Amino acid sequence: MKEYVERLLTHYKIWRDGSAVRRQSRMFKPDHKFIRDNVSELIAENLNVYIRDNHILKNVNIKVPDKKITCIIGPSGCGKSTLLKTCNRLIDTFDNAKITGKVLINGKDILHSNADITELRRKIGLVSQKPCLLPMSVFDNIAYGCRIHGIRMPRKLNMVVEHYLRAAGLWDEVKDRLRTPASRLSIGQQQRLCLARSLAVEPQFILADEATSALDPISSKIIEELFVDLKANYTIIMVTHTLRQALRIADHVIFMYLGEIIEEGDAKTVFNNPQQELTKKYLSGAFS
Amino acid sequence: MKFFEEKVFRVLMVLAMCLVVGLVVSIVYTIFARGWAAMSWDMITKLPGGGFYIGKEGGFLNAIVGSLMIVGASTVLGLAISIPVVFYLNIYLKKRSKIAYIARLAYDVLFGIPSIVYGAFGFTIMVYLGIKTSLLGGIIVITLLIIPIFIRSMDEVARDFPRDILDATYSLGATRVETIRVVIRQIAPGIATATLLSIGRAIGDAASVMFTAGYTDSIPTSLSQPAATLPLAVFFQLSSPIAEVQDRAYAAALVLTIIILILSILGRYFTNKFSKHKLK
Repeated sequence: MKEYVERLLTHYKIWRDGSAVRRQSRMFKPDHKFIRDNVSELIAENLNVYIRDNHILKNVNIKVPDKKITCIIGPSGCGKSTLLKTCNRLIDTFDNAKITGKVLINGKDILHSNADITELRRKIGLVSQKPCLLPMSVFDNIAYGCRIHGIRMPRKLNMVVEHYLRAAGLWDEVKDRLRTPASRLSIGQQQRLCLARSLAVEPQFILADEATSALDPISSKIIEELFVDLKANYTIIMVTHTLRQALRIADHVIFMYLGEIIEEGDAKTVFNNPQQELTKKYLSGAFS
Repeated sequence: MKFFEEKVFRVLMVLAMCLVVGLVVSIVYTIFARGWAAMSWDMITKLPGGGFYIGKEGGFLNAIVGSLMIVGASTVLGLAISIPVVFYLNIYLKKRSKIAYIARLAYDVLFGIPSIVYGAFGFTIMVYLGIKTSLLGGIIVITLLIIPIFIRSMDEVARDFPRDILDATYSLGATRVETIRVVIRQIAPGIATATLLSIGRAIGDAASVMFTAGYTDSIPTSLSQPAATLPLAVFFQLSSPIAEVQDRAYAAALVLTIIILILSILGRYFTNKFSKHKLK
Protein backbone atom coordinates (compact mmCIF):
# COMPACT_ATOMS: atom_id res chain seq x y z
CA MET A 1 0.00 0.00 0.00
CA LYS A 2 2.75 2.41 1.05
CA GLU A 3 4.79 1.64 -2.03
CA TYR A 4 1.79 2.19 -4.17
CA VAL A 5 1.17 5.63 -2.64
CA GLU A 6 4.81 6.55 -3.02
CA ARG A 7 4.78 5.54 -6.65
CA LEU A 8 1.69 7.62 -7.20
CA LEU A 9 3.37 10.56 -5.50
CA THR A 10 6.44 10.34 -7.71
CA HIS A 11 4.25 10.15 -10.76
CA TYR A 12 2.40 13.21 -9.57
CA LYS A 13 5.65 15.11 -8.98
CA ILE A 14 6.93 14.31 -12.44
CA TRP A 15 3.63 15.43 -13.92
CA ARG A 16 3.61 18.60 -11.83
CA ASP A 17 7.15 19.63 -12.77
CA GLY A 18 6.49 18.76 -16.35
CA SER A 19 3.33 20.84 -16.44
CA ALA A 20 5.23 23.83 -15.07
CA VAL A 21 7.73 23.44 -17.87
CA ARG A 22 4.92 23.02 -20.36
CA ARG A 23 3.21 26.14 -19.08
CA GLN A 24 6.38 28.15 -19.51
CA SER A 25 6.90 26.91 -23.02
CA ARG A 26 3.31 27.60 -23.94
CA MET A 27 4.13 31.07 -25.17
CA PHE A 28 1.59 32.65 -27.40
CA LYS A 29 2.09 32.06 -31.09
CA PRO A 30 -0.24 33.33 -33.78
CA ASP A 31 -2.03 30.64 -35.69
CA HIS A 32 -0.31 29.36 -38.82
CA LYS A 33 -3.34 30.46 -40.82
CA PHE A 34 -2.38 34.06 -40.21
CA ILE A 35 0.52 34.65 -42.50
CA ARG A 36 2.42 37.88 -41.90
CA ASP A 37 4.95 39.34 -44.26
CA ASN A 38 8.07 40.74 -42.68
CA VAL A 39 7.79 44.03 -44.48
CA SER A 40 4.59 45.96 -44.83
CA GLU A 41 4.73 48.90 -47.14
CA LEU A 42 1.83 50.71 -48.66
CA ILE A 43 2.21 52.75 -51.80
CA ALA A 44 -0.53 54.62 -53.65
CA GLU A 45 0.12 55.59 -57.24
CA ASN A 46 -2.03 58.07 -59.15
CA LEU A 47 -5.01 57.18 -57.04
CA ASN A 48 -8.26 58.89 -58.00
CA VAL A 49 -11.55 58.25 -56.27
CA TYR A 50 -14.91 59.56 -57.41
CA ILE A 51 -18.11 59.19 -55.45
CA ARG A 52 -21.23 60.25 -57.33
CA ASP A 53 -19.27 62.52 -59.71
CA ASN A 54 -17.46 64.14 -56.79
CA HIS A 55 -13.75 63.92 -57.27
CA ILE A 56 -12.75 63.01 -53.72
CA LEU A 57 -9.12 61.94 -54.07
CA LYS A 58 -7.12 63.71 -56.75
CA ASN A 59 -4.07 61.97 -58.08
CA VAL A 60 -2.81 60.76 -54.74
CA ASN A 61 0.74 59.47 -54.51
CA ILE A 62 1.90 58.37 -51.10
CA LYS A 63 4.41 56.00 -49.64
CA VAL A 64 3.78 54.68 -46.15
CA PRO A 65 6.97 53.47 -44.49
CA ASP A 66 7.23 50.11 -42.78
CA LYS A 67 6.62 49.87 -39.00
CA LYS A 68 6.21 53.56 -38.39
CA ILE A 69 3.32 55.76 -37.39
CA THR A 70 2.10 57.71 -40.36
CA CYS A 71 -0.25 60.54 -39.57
CA ILE A 72 -2.58 61.92 -42.18
CA ILE A 73 -3.52 65.46 -41.26
CA GLY A 74 -5.71 68.01 -42.94
CA PRO A 75 -8.96 69.89 -42.55
CA SER A 76 -12.35 68.13 -42.46
CA GLY A 77 -13.68 66.80 -45.72
CA CYS A 78 -10.33 66.61 -47.45
CA GLY A 79 -10.60 62.90 -48.18
CA LYS A 80 -8.58 61.42 -45.33
CA SER A 81 -11.19 58.85 -44.39
CA THR A 82 -11.82 58.00 -48.02
CA LEU A 83 -8.14 57.31 -48.44
CA LEU A 84 -8.22 54.90 -45.50
CA LYS A 85 -11.35 53.23 -46.80
CA THR A 86 -9.71 52.77 -50.18
CA CYS A 87 -6.76 51.09 -48.51
CA ASN A 88 -8.89 48.29 -47.06
CA ARG A 89 -11.45 48.44 -49.87
CA LEU A 90 -14.36 49.24 -47.59
CA ILE A 91 -15.08 51.72 -50.35
CA ASP A 92 -16.56 48.78 -52.26
CA THR A 93 -19.61 49.05 -50.03
CA PHE A 94 -20.31 52.54 -51.37
CA ASP A 95 -22.83 52.58 -54.15
CA ASN A 96 -21.34 54.88 -56.74
CA ALA A 97 -17.63 54.80 -56.11
CA LYS A 98 -15.21 54.77 -59.02
CA ILE A 99 -11.51 54.23 -58.45
CA THR A 100 -8.57 54.59 -60.81
CA GLY A 101 -4.90 54.16 -60.07
CA LYS A 102 -3.06 51.71 -57.91
CA VAL A 103 -2.62 50.92 -54.26
CA LEU A 104 0.27 48.54 -53.74
CA ILE A 105 0.82 46.54 -50.58
CA ASN A 106 4.18 44.84 -50.73
CA GLY A 107 4.05 45.18 -54.49
CA LYS A 108 0.60 43.71 -54.97
CA ASP A 109 -2.16 45.88 -56.37
CA ILE A 110 -5.08 45.60 -53.98
CA LEU A 111 -7.48 47.42 -56.28
CA HIS A 112 -7.14 44.71 -58.88
CA SER A 113 -10.43 42.89 -59.39
CA ASN A 114 -9.05 39.50 -58.42
CA ALA A 115 -7.37 40.61 -55.22
CA ASP A 116 -8.48 38.54 -52.22
CA ILE A 117 -10.54 41.11 -50.35
CA THR A 118 -11.11 39.14 -47.17
CA GLU A 119 -7.41 38.37 -46.83
CA LEU A 120 -6.60 41.99 -47.57
CA ARG A 121 -9.03 43.25 -44.94
CA ARG A 122 -7.61 40.82 -42.44
CA LYS A 123 -4.16 42.22 -43.07
CA ILE A 124 -5.43 45.74 -42.49
CA GLY A 125 -7.02 46.33 -39.12
CA LEU A 126 -9.39 49.25 -38.76
CA VAL A 127 -10.12 51.28 -35.66
CA SER A 128 -12.89 53.70 -36.36
CA GLN A 129 -13.76 57.02 -34.81
CA LYS A 130 -16.60 55.80 -32.65
CA PRO A 131 -15.88 52.51 -30.93
CA CYS A 132 -17.84 50.14 -33.08
CA LEU A 133 -18.52 46.92 -31.23
CA LEU A 134 -20.16 43.77 -32.40
CA PRO A 135 -23.39 42.90 -30.61
CA MET A 136 -21.74 40.16 -28.58
CA SER A 137 -19.92 39.58 -25.33
CA VAL A 138 -16.43 40.89 -24.71
CA PHE A 139 -14.99 37.46 -25.39
CA ASP A 140 -16.91 36.90 -28.60
CA ASN A 141 -15.99 40.32 -29.91
CA ILE A 142 -12.38 39.20 -30.09
CA ALA A 143 -13.04 35.56 -30.88
CA TYR A 144 -15.32 36.45 -33.82
CA GLY A 145 -12.42 37.39 -36.09
CA CYS A 146 -10.64 34.15 -35.31
CA ARG A 147 -13.77 32.11 -35.78
CA ILE A 148 -14.46 33.45 -39.25
CA HIS A 149 -10.92 32.58 -40.22
CA GLY A 150 -11.39 29.01 -39.08
CA ILE A 151 -9.96 28.94 -35.56
CA ARG A 152 -12.65 27.39 -33.39
CA MET A 153 -10.89 25.39 -30.67
CA PRO A 154 -12.07 26.81 -27.33
CA ARG A 155 -8.70 26.47 -25.62
CA LYS A 156 -6.93 28.20 -28.47
CA LEU A 157 -9.56 30.95 -28.48
CA ASN A 158 -9.14 31.49 -24.74
CA MET A 159 -5.45 31.99 -25.29
CA VAL A 160 -5.94 34.35 -28.20
CA VAL A 161 -8.47 36.46 -26.31
CA GLU A 162 -6.27 36.74 -23.25
CA HIS A 163 -3.20 37.60 -25.28
CA TYR A 164 -4.82 40.40 -27.25
CA LEU A 165 -6.71 41.81 -24.32
CA ARG A 166 -3.34 42.07 -22.60
CA ALA A 167 -1.87 43.64 -25.73
CA ALA A 168 -4.56 46.31 -25.59
CA GLY A 169 -4.02 46.75 -21.85
CA LEU A 170 -7.56 45.66 -21.11
CA TRP A 171 -7.12 42.22 -19.57
CA ASP A 172 -6.98 43.27 -15.93
CA GLU A 173 -10.06 45.41 -16.32
CA VAL A 174 -12.30 42.89 -18.04
CA LYS A 175 -10.98 39.46 -17.07
CA ASP A 176 -13.90 38.89 -14.69
CA ARG A 177 -16.56 39.95 -17.15
CA LEU A 178 -15.58 38.34 -20.39
CA ARG A 179 -19.12 37.08 -20.86
CA THR A 180 -20.92 40.35 -20.27
CA PRO A 181 -22.14 42.36 -23.26
CA ALA A 182 -19.36 44.48 -24.70
CA SER A 183 -21.62 47.52 -24.74
CA ARG A 184 -21.42 47.73 -20.93
CA LEU A 185 -17.76 48.71 -21.01
CA SER A 186 -16.80 52.36 -20.79
CA ILE A 187 -16.15 54.12 -24.07
CA GLY A 188 -12.39 54.13 -23.67
CA GLN A 189 -12.44 50.42 -22.88
CA GLN A 190 -14.67 49.86 -25.91
CA GLN A 191 -12.14 51.54 -28.18
CA ARG A 192 -9.34 49.40 -26.77
CA LEU A 193 -11.54 46.35 -27.27
CA CYS A 194 -11.95 47.34 -30.92
CA LEU A 195 -8.19 47.63 -31.20
CA ALA A 196 -7.73 44.22 -29.59
CA ARG A 197 -10.31 42.80 -31.97
CA SER A 198 -8.40 44.11 -34.96
CA LEU A 199 -5.12 42.78 -33.59
CA ALA A 200 -6.59 39.33 -33.03
CA VAL A 201 -6.62 38.54 -36.74
CA GLU A 202 -2.92 39.37 -37.00
CA PRO A 203 -2.95 42.37 -39.29
CA GLN A 204 0.15 44.06 -40.66
CA PHE A 205 -1.37 47.49 -40.85
CA ILE A 206 -3.58 49.33 -38.43
CA LEU A 207 -5.70 52.09 -39.83
CA ALA A 208 -6.99 54.44 -37.19
CA ASP A 209 -9.63 56.87 -38.33
CA GLU A 210 -9.54 59.57 -35.64
CA ALA A 211 -9.43 56.76 -33.12
CA THR A 212 -9.13 59.08 -30.14
CA SER A 213 -11.47 61.92 -31.03
CA ALA A 214 -14.51 60.47 -29.28
CA LEU A 215 -12.63 59.62 -26.11
CA ASP A 216 -11.83 61.42 -22.91
CA PRO A 217 -8.24 62.69 -22.48
CA ILE A 218 -7.10 59.81 -20.30
CA SER A 219 -8.44 57.11 -22.59
CA SER A 220 -7.01 58.80 -25.64
CA LYS A 221 -3.64 59.01 -23.95
CA ILE A 222 -3.78 55.26 -23.28
CA ILE A 223 -4.65 54.57 -26.92
CA GLU A 224 -1.85 56.84 -28.10
CA GLU A 225 0.66 55.04 -25.91
CA LEU A 226 -0.61 51.74 -27.23
CA PHE A 227 0.00 52.88 -30.78
CA VAL A 228 3.52 53.90 -29.92
CA ASP A 229 4.13 50.45 -28.42
CA LEU A 230 2.52 48.70 -31.34
CA LYS A 231 4.61 50.30 -34.02
CA ALA A 232 7.34 47.77 -33.32
CA ASN A 233 5.24 45.16 -35.04
CA TYR A 234 2.68 47.02 -37.09
CA THR A 235 2.58 49.74 -39.66
CA ILE A 236 0.16 52.30 -38.32
CA ILE A 237 -1.67 54.84 -40.43
CA MET A 238 -3.72 57.28 -38.45
CA VAL A 239 -5.96 60.10 -39.42
CA THR A 240 -6.04 62.82 -36.84
CA HIS A 241 -7.60 66.20 -36.35
CA THR A 242 -5.50 67.21 -33.41
CA LEU A 243 -2.19 68.56 -34.58
CA ARG A 244 -0.68 68.09 -31.17
CA GLN A 245 -1.31 64.39 -31.30
CA ALA A 246 0.40 64.20 -34.66
CA LEU A 247 3.32 66.16 -33.24
CA ARG A 248 3.60 63.74 -30.34
CA ILE A 249 3.55 60.43 -32.08
CA ALA A 250 4.01 60.78 -35.83
CA ASP A 251 7.09 59.47 -37.61
CA HIS A 252 5.85 60.30 -41.04
CA VAL A 253 3.31 62.93 -41.98
CA ILE A 254 0.99 63.33 -44.93
CA PHE A 255 -0.81 66.64 -45.28
CA MET A 256 -3.93 66.61 -47.41
CA TYR A 257 -6.06 69.45 -48.61
CA LEU A 258 -9.22 69.10 -50.74
CA GLY A 259 -8.33 65.65 -51.94
CA GLU A 260 -4.77 66.39 -52.85
CA ILE A 261 -1.53 65.52 -51.14
CA ILE A 262 0.12 68.84 -50.39
CA GLU A 263 3.13 67.62 -48.51
CA GLU A 264 4.50 64.32 -47.41
CA GLY A 265 7.62 63.45 -45.52
CA ASP A 266 9.38 62.76 -42.28
CA ALA A 267 7.54 64.21 -39.30
CA LYS A 268 10.39 66.38 -38.07
CA THR A 269 11.01 67.89 -41.48
CA VAL A 270 7.36 68.60 -42.17
CA PHE A 271 6.64 70.11 -38.78
CA ASN A 272 9.80 72.13 -38.39
CA ASN A 273 10.44 73.09 -41.94
CA PRO A 274 7.34 72.85 -44.13
CA GLN A 275 7.97 73.43 -47.81
CA GLN A 276 4.52 74.41 -48.98
CA GLU A 277 2.69 77.61 -48.15
CA LEU A 278 -0.55 75.72 -47.31
CA THR A 279 1.21 73.45 -44.86
CA LYS A 280 2.74 76.43 -43.10
CA LYS A 281 -0.67 78.03 -42.80
CA TYR A 282 -2.29 74.86 -41.52
CA LEU A 283 0.44 74.20 -38.99
CA SER A 284 0.28 77.74 -37.73
CA GLY A 285 -3.46 77.32 -37.22
CA ALA A 286 -4.61 79.75 -39.91
CA PHE A 287 -7.32 77.25 -40.85
CA SER A 288 -8.34 73.84 -39.66
CA MET B 1 -56.24 77.44 -22.47
CA LYS B 2 -53.13 75.37 -22.89
CA PHE B 3 -53.83 73.68 -19.62
CA PHE B 4 -57.35 72.85 -20.81
CA GLU B 5 -56.01 71.34 -24.04
CA GLU B 6 -53.64 69.21 -22.06
CA LYS B 7 -56.48 67.94 -19.92
CA VAL B 8 -58.77 67.13 -22.84
CA PHE B 9 -56.15 65.12 -24.64
CA ARG B 10 -55.18 63.36 -21.50
CA VAL B 11 -58.77 62.32 -20.90
CA LEU B 12 -59.08 61.15 -24.51
CA MET B 13 -55.95 59.05 -24.22
CA VAL B 14 -57.07 57.48 -20.98
CA LEU B 15 -60.47 56.72 -22.53
CA ALA B 16 -58.89 55.07 -25.55
CA MET B 17 -56.67 52.98 -23.34
CA CYS B 18 -59.61 51.96 -21.16
CA LEU B 19 -61.49 50.92 -24.29
CA VAL B 20 -58.70 48.56 -25.33
CA VAL B 21 -58.12 47.12 -21.89
CA GLY B 22 -61.87 46.80 -21.35
CA LEU B 23 -62.23 44.92 -24.59
CA VAL B 24 -59.58 42.40 -23.59
CA VAL B 25 -61.08 42.00 -20.13
CA SER B 26 -64.60 41.49 -21.48
CA ILE B 27 -63.44 38.92 -24.04
CA VAL B 28 -61.54 37.00 -21.39
CA TYR B 29 -64.50 37.29 -19.03
CA THR B 30 -66.96 35.92 -21.60
CA ILE B 31 -64.71 33.02 -22.43
CA PHE B 32 -64.12 32.26 -18.78
CA ALA B 33 -67.76 32.61 -17.77
CA ARG B 34 -69.02 30.15 -20.34
CA GLY B 35 -65.94 28.00 -20.80
CA TRP B 36 -64.95 27.41 -17.20
CA ALA B 37 -68.11 25.38 -16.50
CA ALA B 38 -67.32 22.98 -19.33
CA MET B 39 -63.63 22.89 -18.48
CA SER B 40 -62.24 19.76 -16.90
CA TRP B 41 -59.14 17.61 -17.05
CA ASP B 42 -60.97 15.32 -19.41
CA MET B 43 -61.33 18.16 -21.87
CA ILE B 44 -57.64 18.71 -22.29
CA THR B 45 -56.37 15.19 -21.75
CA LYS B 46 -58.82 13.04 -23.71
CA LEU B 47 -59.70 12.52 -27.31
CA PRO B 48 -63.34 13.01 -28.33
CA GLY B 49 -65.47 9.95 -27.52
CA GLY B 50 -68.31 8.59 -29.60
CA GLY B 51 -70.91 11.05 -28.39
CA PHE B 52 -68.64 14.03 -27.85
CA TYR B 53 -70.47 16.25 -30.28
CA ILE B 54 -73.82 15.70 -28.62
CA GLY B 55 -72.49 16.53 -25.18
CA LYS B 56 -71.15 13.19 -23.99
CA GLU B 57 -67.72 11.96 -22.86
CA GLY B 58 -64.31 12.97 -24.21
CA GLY B 59 -62.20 16.09 -24.74
CA PHE B 60 -60.43 18.02 -27.46
CA LEU B 61 -56.84 16.91 -26.96
CA ASN B 62 -56.75 16.19 -30.70
CA ALA B 63 -57.28 19.88 -31.47
CA ILE B 64 -54.68 21.06 -28.94
CA VAL B 65 -52.03 18.68 -30.22
CA GLY B 66 -52.93 19.35 -33.86
CA SER B 67 -52.69 23.11 -33.39
CA LEU B 68 -49.34 22.87 -31.62
CA MET B 69 -47.98 20.53 -34.30
CA ILE B 70 -48.99 22.79 -37.16
CA VAL B 71 -47.87 25.98 -35.46
CA GLY B 72 -44.56 24.53 -34.27
CA ALA B 73 -43.61 23.10 -37.63
CA SER B 74 -44.66 26.14 -39.62
CA THR B 75 -42.88 28.55 -37.27
CA VAL B 76 -39.63 26.65 -37.77
CA LEU B 77 -40.18 26.51 -41.54
CA GLY B 78 -41.19 30.16 -41.67
CA LEU B 79 -38.08 31.25 -39.76
CA ALA B 80 -35.87 29.15 -41.99
CA ILE B 81 -37.33 30.81 -45.07
CA SER B 82 -37.68 34.38 -43.89
CA ILE B 83 -34.34 34.98 -42.16
CA PRO B 84 -32.41 34.51 -45.43
CA VAL B 85 -34.91 36.79 -47.18
CA VAL B 86 -34.47 39.56 -44.62
CA PHE B 87 -30.71 39.10 -44.71
CA TYR B 88 -30.66 39.36 -48.49
CA LEU B 89 -32.95 42.40 -48.56
CA ASN B 90 -30.88 44.31 -46.05
CA ILE B 91 -27.30 43.21 -46.48
CA TYR B 92 -26.92 42.17 -50.09
CA LEU B 93 -29.18 44.65 -51.85
CA LYS B 94 -28.42 48.33 -52.00
CA LYS B 95 -30.46 50.81 -50.00
CA ARG B 96 -32.45 52.06 -52.98
CA SER B 97 -32.64 48.79 -54.84
CA LYS B 98 -35.69 48.29 -57.06
CA ILE B 99 -35.83 44.59 -56.31
CA ALA B 100 -36.02 45.29 -52.60
CA TYR B 101 -38.78 47.82 -53.21
CA ILE B 102 -40.81 45.35 -55.24
CA ALA B 103 -40.19 42.55 -52.74
CA ARG B 104 -41.30 44.72 -49.84
CA LEU B 105 -44.42 45.75 -51.73
CA ALA B 106 -45.15 42.09 -52.44
CA TYR B 107 -44.80 41.19 -48.77
CA ASP B 108 -47.08 44.07 -47.82
CA VAL B 109 -49.72 42.73 -50.19
CA LEU B 110 -49.28 39.19 -48.92
CA PHE B 111 -49.59 40.52 -45.37
CA GLY B 112 -53.02 41.90 -46.17
CA ILE B 113 -54.45 38.92 -48.02
CA PRO B 114 -57.21 37.28 -45.94
CA SER B 115 -56.45 33.85 -44.62
CA ILE B 116 -59.39 32.22 -46.41
CA VAL B 117 -57.65 33.11 -49.67
CA TYR B 118 -54.54 31.36 -48.44
CA GLY B 119 -56.74 28.40 -47.60
CA ALA B 120 -58.25 28.36 -51.08
CA PHE B 121 -54.85 28.80 -52.70
CA GLY B 122 -53.36 26.04 -50.57
CA PHE B 123 -56.28 23.83 -51.50
CA THR B 124 -55.65 24.26 -55.25
CA ILE B 125 -51.96 23.51 -54.75
CA MET B 126 -52.85 20.39 -52.80
CA VAL B 127 -55.25 19.27 -55.50
CA TYR B 128 -52.55 19.88 -58.08
CA LEU B 129 -49.97 17.93 -56.10
CA GLY B 130 -52.46 15.24 -55.16
CA ILE B 131 -52.23 15.74 -51.40
CA LYS B 132 -55.37 15.11 -49.38
CA THR B 133 -56.37 17.24 -46.42
CA SER B 134 -53.52 16.54 -44.05
CA LEU B 135 -51.13 17.83 -41.45
CA LEU B 136 -48.68 18.56 -44.26
CA GLY B 137 -51.21 20.68 -46.11
CA GLY B 138 -51.97 22.63 -42.94
CA ILE B 139 -48.29 23.21 -42.25
CA ILE B 140 -47.66 24.44 -45.80
CA VAL B 141 -50.55 26.88 -45.78
CA ILE B 142 -49.82 28.23 -42.31
CA THR B 143 -46.18 28.67 -43.30
CA LEU B 144 -47.28 30.68 -46.35
CA LEU B 145 -49.57 32.68 -44.12
CA ILE B 146 -46.93 33.67 -41.59
CA ILE B 147 -43.94 34.24 -43.86
CA PRO B 148 -45.05 37.80 -44.75
CA ILE B 149 -45.56 38.57 -41.05
CA PHE B 150 -42.11 37.25 -40.24
CA ILE B 151 -40.46 39.14 -43.06
CA ARG B 152 -42.21 42.46 -42.55
CA SER B 153 -41.64 42.62 -38.83
CA MET B 154 -38.03 41.47 -39.00
CA ASP B 155 -37.35 43.79 -41.90
CA GLU B 156 -38.45 46.81 -39.88
CA VAL B 157 -35.80 45.99 -37.31
CA ALA B 158 -33.14 44.98 -39.80
CA ARG B 159 -33.50 48.22 -41.74
CA ASP B 160 -32.12 50.11 -38.77
CA PHE B 161 -29.09 47.84 -38.67
CA PRO B 162 -26.10 50.16 -38.16
CA ARG B 163 -23.77 50.21 -41.16
CA ASP B 164 -20.80 50.77 -38.83
CA ILE B 165 -21.18 47.29 -37.44
CA LEU B 166 -21.10 45.89 -40.96
CA ASP B 167 -17.98 47.90 -41.76
CA ALA B 168 -16.36 46.63 -38.58
CA THR B 169 -17.13 43.04 -39.53
CA TYR B 170 -15.91 43.50 -43.07
CA SER B 171 -12.68 45.04 -41.85
CA LEU B 172 -11.96 41.87 -39.88
CA GLY B 173 -12.04 40.01 -43.16
CA ALA B 174 -15.57 38.65 -43.02
CA THR B 175 -17.44 37.84 -46.18
CA ARG B 176 -21.02 38.99 -46.51
CA VAL B 177 -22.33 35.55 -45.55
CA GLU B 178 -20.23 35.54 -42.41
CA THR B 179 -21.80 38.76 -41.19
CA ILE B 180 -25.08 36.89 -40.64
CA ARG B 181 -23.98 35.90 -37.15
CA VAL B 182 -23.53 39.52 -36.22
CA VAL B 183 -26.75 40.59 -37.95
CA ILE B 184 -28.77 37.92 -36.16
CA ARG B 185 -27.37 38.91 -32.79
CA GLN B 186 -28.33 42.51 -33.40
CA ILE B 187 -31.86 41.83 -34.69
CA ALA B 188 -32.57 38.98 -32.25
CA PRO B 189 -35.21 40.96 -30.33
CA GLY B 190 -36.92 41.65 -33.65
CA ILE B 191 -36.88 37.98 -34.50
CA ALA B 192 -38.43 37.16 -31.12
CA THR B 193 -41.21 39.69 -31.64
CA ALA B 194 -41.82 38.50 -35.18
CA THR B 195 -42.06 34.91 -34.00
CA LEU B 196 -44.54 35.90 -31.34
CA LEU B 197 -46.74 37.78 -33.80
CA SER B 198 -46.61 34.93 -36.29
CA ILE B 199 -47.47 32.28 -33.73
CA GLY B 200 -50.38 34.36 -32.53
CA ARG B 201 -51.72 34.65 -36.05
CA ALA B 202 -51.00 31.04 -36.95
CA ILE B 203 -52.57 29.41 -33.92
CA GLY B 204 -55.76 31.42 -34.13
CA ASP B 205 -56.45 31.04 -37.81
CA ALA B 206 -59.45 28.89 -38.70
CA ALA B 207 -60.14 29.77 -42.31
CA SER B 208 -56.88 28.63 -43.84
CA VAL B 209 -56.72 25.26 -42.13
CA MET B 210 -60.33 24.38 -42.81
CA PHE B 211 -59.72 23.00 -46.30
CA THR B 212 -56.11 22.06 -45.85
CA ALA B 213 -55.61 20.39 -42.50
CA GLY B 214 -59.20 19.21 -42.20
CA TYR B 215 -60.60 17.94 -38.94
CA THR B 216 -60.34 14.62 -37.21
CA ASP B 217 -61.05 13.03 -33.87
CA SER B 218 -57.64 11.44 -33.55
CA ILE B 219 -54.09 12.72 -33.19
CA PRO B 220 -52.26 12.51 -36.52
CA THR B 221 -49.39 10.03 -36.54
CA SER B 222 -47.99 10.98 -39.93
CA LEU B 223 -47.84 14.03 -42.16
CA SER B 224 -50.42 12.62 -44.53
CA GLN B 225 -53.16 12.34 -41.94
CA PRO B 226 -55.62 15.16 -41.30
CA ALA B 227 -55.19 17.17 -38.12
CA ALA B 228 -57.67 18.97 -35.92
CA THR B 229 -57.04 22.53 -34.79
CA LEU B 230 -58.36 24.59 -31.89
CA PRO B 231 -60.03 27.36 -33.92
CA LEU B 232 -61.93 24.77 -35.91
CA ALA B 233 -62.87 22.99 -32.68
CA VAL B 234 -64.36 26.29 -31.51
CA PHE B 235 -66.08 26.85 -34.84
CA PHE B 236 -67.68 23.41 -35.15
CA GLN B 237 -68.85 23.19 -31.57
CA LEU B 238 -70.22 26.69 -31.53
CA SER B 239 -72.43 25.87 -34.50
CA SER B 240 -74.03 23.04 -32.56
CA PRO B 241 -77.59 23.59 -31.24
CA ILE B 242 -76.79 21.86 -27.93
CA ALA B 243 -75.90 24.29 -25.14
CA GLU B 244 -73.37 21.93 -23.51
CA VAL B 245 -71.45 21.60 -26.74
CA GLN B 246 -71.47 25.35 -27.18
CA ASP B 247 -69.92 25.69 -23.73
CA ARG B 248 -67.20 23.33 -24.84
CA ALA B 249 -66.45 25.72 -27.67
CA TYR B 250 -65.78 28.37 -25.05
CA ALA B 251 -63.58 25.92 -23.17
CA ALA B 252 -61.58 25.39 -26.36
CA ALA B 253 -61.34 29.16 -26.79
CA LEU B 254 -60.13 29.39 -23.20
CA VAL B 255 -57.36 26.87 -23.89
CA LEU B 256 -56.41 28.81 -27.02
CA THR B 257 -56.23 32.07 -25.06
CA ILE B 258 -54.14 30.49 -22.34
CA ILE B 259 -51.71 29.06 -24.89
CA ILE B 260 -51.34 32.51 -26.46
CA LEU B 261 -50.86 34.06 -23.01
CA ILE B 262 -48.10 31.59 -22.18
CA LEU B 263 -46.42 32.18 -25.53
CA SER B 264 -46.59 35.95 -25.03
CA ILE B 265 -44.95 35.73 -21.63
CA LEU B 266 -42.27 33.44 -23.02
CA GLY B 267 -41.81 35.83 -25.94
CA ARG B 268 -41.32 38.78 -23.61
CA TYR B 269 -38.81 36.80 -21.59
CA PHE B 270 -36.80 35.79 -24.64
CA THR B 271 -36.94 39.27 -26.14
CA ASN B 272 -35.35 40.65 -22.99
CA LYS B 273 -32.83 37.87 -22.95
CA PHE B 274 -31.82 38.33 -26.58
CA SER B 275 -31.60 42.10 -26.44
CA LYS B 276 -28.79 41.83 -23.91
CA HIS B 277 -26.10 42.14 -26.54
CA LYS B 278 -27.93 44.57 -28.78
CA LEU B 279 -26.13 47.81 -29.45
CA LYS B 280 -28.11 50.99 -29.18
